[in-house]
Order: sequence, then structure tokens, then C-alpha cells
Amino acid sequence: MLAALTPEELTALGLSLKVSLWATLASLPLGLLAAYALARWRFPGHGLLNGLVHLPLILPPVVTGYLLLLAFGRQGWIGAPLWDWFGVTFAFRWTGAALAAAVMAFPLMVRAIRLAIEAVDPKLEQAAATLGAARPVVFLTVTLPLILPGIIAGAVLAFAKAMGEFGATITFVANIPGQTQTLPTAIYSFLQVPGGEAAAWRLVLISVAVALLALALSEWLSRRVAARIAGR
Amino acid sequence: MSAGIDLENVCCDFGSFRAVDNANVSIRPGEFFSFLGPSGCGKTTILRMVSGFIEPTQGVIRIGGADVKGKRPNQRPTALIFQNLALFPLMPIWENISFGLEVRGIDKATRRKKAEELLRLVDLPGAADKMVSQLSGGQKQRVAIARALAVEPQVMLLDEPLSALDLKLRQHMRAELRAIQQRTGVTFIYITHDQGEALAMSDRVGVMSQGRIQQIADPREIYNNPVNGFVASFVGENNIFQGEVQQAADGMASFATPHGTFRARLGELGDKPGKLYVRPEHMLLSDAPAVENSVPVTISDISFEGSFIAVHATSDTGAILSAEIRNDGAATVPEKGARVHMTFDPARAAILPDANVRG
Repeated sequence: MLAALTPEELTALGLSLKVSLWATLASLPLGLLAAYALARWRFPGHGLLNGLVHLPLILPPVVTGYLLLLAFGRQGWIGAPLWDWFGVTFAFRWTGAALAAAVMAFPLMVRAIRLAIEAVDPKLEQAAATLGAARPVVFLTVTLPLILPGIIAGAVLAFAKAMGEFGATITFVANIPGQTQTLPTAIYSFLQVPGGEAAAWRLVLISVAVALLALALSEWLSRRVAARIAGR
Repeated sequence: MSAGIDLENVCCDFGSFRAVDNANVSIRPGEFFSFLGPSGCGKTTILRMVSGFIEPTQGVIRIGGADVKGKRPNQRPTALIFQNLALFPLMPIWENISFGLEVRGIDKATRRKKAEELLRLVDLPGAADKMVSQLSGGQKQRVAIARALAVEPQVMLLDEPLSALDLKLRQHMRAELRAIQQRTGVTFIYITHDQGEALAMSDRVGVMSQGRIQQIADPREIYNNPVNGFVASFVGENNIFQGEVQQAADGMASFATPHGTFRARLGELGDKPGKLYVRPEHMLLSDAPAVENSVPVTISDISFEGSFIAVHATSDTGAILSAEIRNDGAATVPEKGARVHMTFDPARAAILPDANVRG
């Protein structure tokens, strides 16, 4: 099947997968931490953190992309020191596309994981504590295995969102073939030129196939976890 | 190894609500001690303070003589058994039981051996490789106890662990818990709202109401000599007479009520008003009035309870009184509507103040 794809299509598909995987994996630890904090801790600024996490979900993606550009662009208040001190930049790079996708997918990931954490009986964690387990041990041995299905669900949601991210990506890192042109932006490009529909259609089918594969993978994973819980 | 626990002037506030008010109790090493009271009386808060999940607002808690202030739950020599047991659903039984040992870095073979030993102790051999979902309520109970015992705690804290079980099993587990406690010699602190449980299992009971410990004594003392009306009413049934103390001497007093003047033991009233309490099983039925403490009544209802017969009657002033007659197989029971006299021994009746609450 891959042989049937043109090099341009392969490049866009490969870039999309790379961007989405990195966006998902890199934001997972932070997403877990944010979900845990929101679910279990009571602290001043709890509402503010909740609002910040959800902001990309309710803001127009173009706005999020523009804010990212302002912050992480070569002249941005985070981007400038990053460039000056480390020579690192996100602007108009695939890493920038990954950052935009991660930010956009973050609320979905946090929501899924948070729901899973809230479903864990705090008494289980307390029981582990009275048996002598310190907090990190309690998390690793009791909480983490129980919320694994939620983490998988959150990661798949985030991955799917990242695969489909368009507005923030195109605003932040533009649409450079081989650099920042992901599947959605490639489809957009094809639709802008006369006679591009056929090529766009091929990319649409690829997108659908990737989405279905991701869904099937997550179903299979959560089934395995469920089977472990039931003791089979 | 078991440790004693001392609470000295312990208070716990949640905002402006005082959940525990000036608790003082000294629990001996190896003792089976119950906190008994209705929900919201502060008994669970005491348990959570001892286990380290909340810190007292005031006062000192000592375990084995050492102040435990600032020690986290995992640093205290206590193990807590929750009402819902909180067994780890993803681990087989033996891993559940040996969880505390794994945390302490003990090797797998030793953990497995210890888990099987404990399963024998709680009478559940052969369950090591089952999953939690495969066990019945009573079996889960035993696993929770084994898991807590595995870490060899000096103090075992139990938060209404039997309340989810059905009646028969609950009564069976009472005896089991008591037996396990005596085999291991660990100090047990048991929280319950079930007076039957507390009386049947405990060496001593602390009865609580509205954040205050009302009375600390052995079960017999609690039942026979309650210090106030709350303890009398929460632990067992009572006939209660309103009235006023007339004359008092040698621990006895005469008490004027709408039913006449009775004689009874005088509790520590201080300057508070008192009521007269008589247990139904201390009420005797007779055709003729006795020399003192008799109330003429009309039998209104008789219910057969098996081991005893409950007789409910109405006095001439309209008060409902009850008596219990032990069913020895030949007990004569008056007919409904019969006129009889209910009589009680002055030594079996007490004039007591209401509960000890914040003024």
C-alpha cells in the first residue's frame, strides 16, 4: 500500500505521524501531572490551572497558533531567549508543529486521565500508605496500574487530535512541504490548486486509515488492561 | 509487639466545626478498644488522627509513648482496615497481603511464604493465587485483615470493617476478629456504630457523641452503669421517666414523676436536670402493686422475639412503657388489654443527666 503513495504523500504522512507521536509522548508526563493535580490536590489557583489547561479547547485554533507565534517565535518572549542561549527554535520547524499539536491536544488528554484518576477510590491509596508505602510508591504500584486505561484513552485522543490539528499549526509554523506540511495542511494545499481534488482525496483516505488504526490499537490495549484487572 | 495509645486533650476542627472535642483516653498495649457512637460523633476522625491522615488541631497523640506529631501514615506503626476494605483489584490475593512487605524491599519467596502463613491464620488457605473479584465478602474481610497483619503493626485500626457483611457473617466475623486479636496480641482500635459489636468484642468501649467521649469502661460497666442518658439510650433500650429529684442520700434518691414518686440510684447530675432510666428487662410484671416503684398499666402490644417476649403497655398518663420477659419455654405472658403493674428494683434504675455536650 505504501508503494502506491507518491513521495510527497509519504513525506506528509511521515511528518504527521512524527509530529503527532512526539506531541503525544512529550506532553504525556505533563498531562499526567496536571490531571493528578486537578483530580487530587486542593491548592490556591486550582481553578486557574483548570482554566489554562482547557483554554486551547475553547479558543479559536488560529488564536492559539498566533499566541504560540508571539511566545515561541524567533522574537517571542520565550522563543528569543531559547534561540539566543540554546540556538533552539520552534518557528517554522516540525518541532513547532509538534508543539502546536501538543498544546491543542493537551485538554483532551488531561480530561481523559483526570476522569480515570477520579474513578480510583482514594481509600486504595490510603490503604497503601498505612501499609508503609511512600507517596511515589503508592502512585506507581496502586494508582498508575488502575488509571492505565485512562492514560491510553487520553493518549489516543491526543494523538488523533494532533493528527487533525490545522489552525494553530498553519498559523504558528505555516505550511512548508517537508518541514511543517502535515496531512491536513497538505489536503488544504491541494484544494487550493485547480485539479487538486484527486490528490486531496488520497490524503483524506490515508487520514481515515490512520485514525481507524489508532482507534483499533487503543481498543486492543484497553481490552488487555481490562482482562488483567478481571484476572484472566 | 503491640503498643499503647494515648490521646491527651485532643481536639480536631474542620473549619468552625469541632469534630473531636478534648478527647482523653489511654489505650493499653494489646487491648481491644472500641469507639462506639452514631455517625458524625467523631469516632472516625479519631481513627484518622491516630493513623496520620489528619493532624489534631490541639493535643498530643502518643503511640507506644512517642509523640507521633508530623509523622505520615506510612511512618506510623499502625495499619488501617477500611470499611470498604480497599483491596487492590489488580493484584492476586497473595500480592495484596504482601504489599506492605514488598514496599519494605523483602524478596518474593519470603513474601509468598509470609502471605500463605497469614492466609492460614485467617482461615483462608489456598486463596493465594485468586483475584479479589473471585472472593466473597467474608473472604475479602479476611484478606484485608491478613494484609494489615503482614506489616506486623503495633496497632491495628479498624473502621467499621463488618458493616458491609450480612448478619450471620457479621456475627461469625466478630468472633474471628476477637480470636485473631488474641492470637496476635496486637492492640486493636475498633470503630463502630453497632453496640452489639462493641460490647461483644471489646475489652473496653469509649462511647462518643457530638465529638465528646461520654464514657470509657468495660462493656458490662457501660451497659449496667451508663454515666448519662446518651450512653444509656445508645447502648440498649430504656424506659425513660421525666421528673425531679426530691431527696438524695447514700447514692439513692427519690424522684417525682407524673406516674408517682420512685426511688432509684442517683447518677452524677451536678447542677443539671436528670431523667430516670430503667431497662425493659428490669421491668417486672405483676397483678398487684409492689411496695415501691410500681406503675399501673394496660398491655397494648406483645411481640414474640424468640429468646424474649417484648411487652408494651400504656400507663394511665398515656406513656408507653416496655418490659422484656425472658422466654424460658414456660413464661406466662399476660393478654393484650390486661391491667397489670410494672415494677422495677431501685438498684436497677438510675437518675442520669443528658449527654455531655458543649454548652
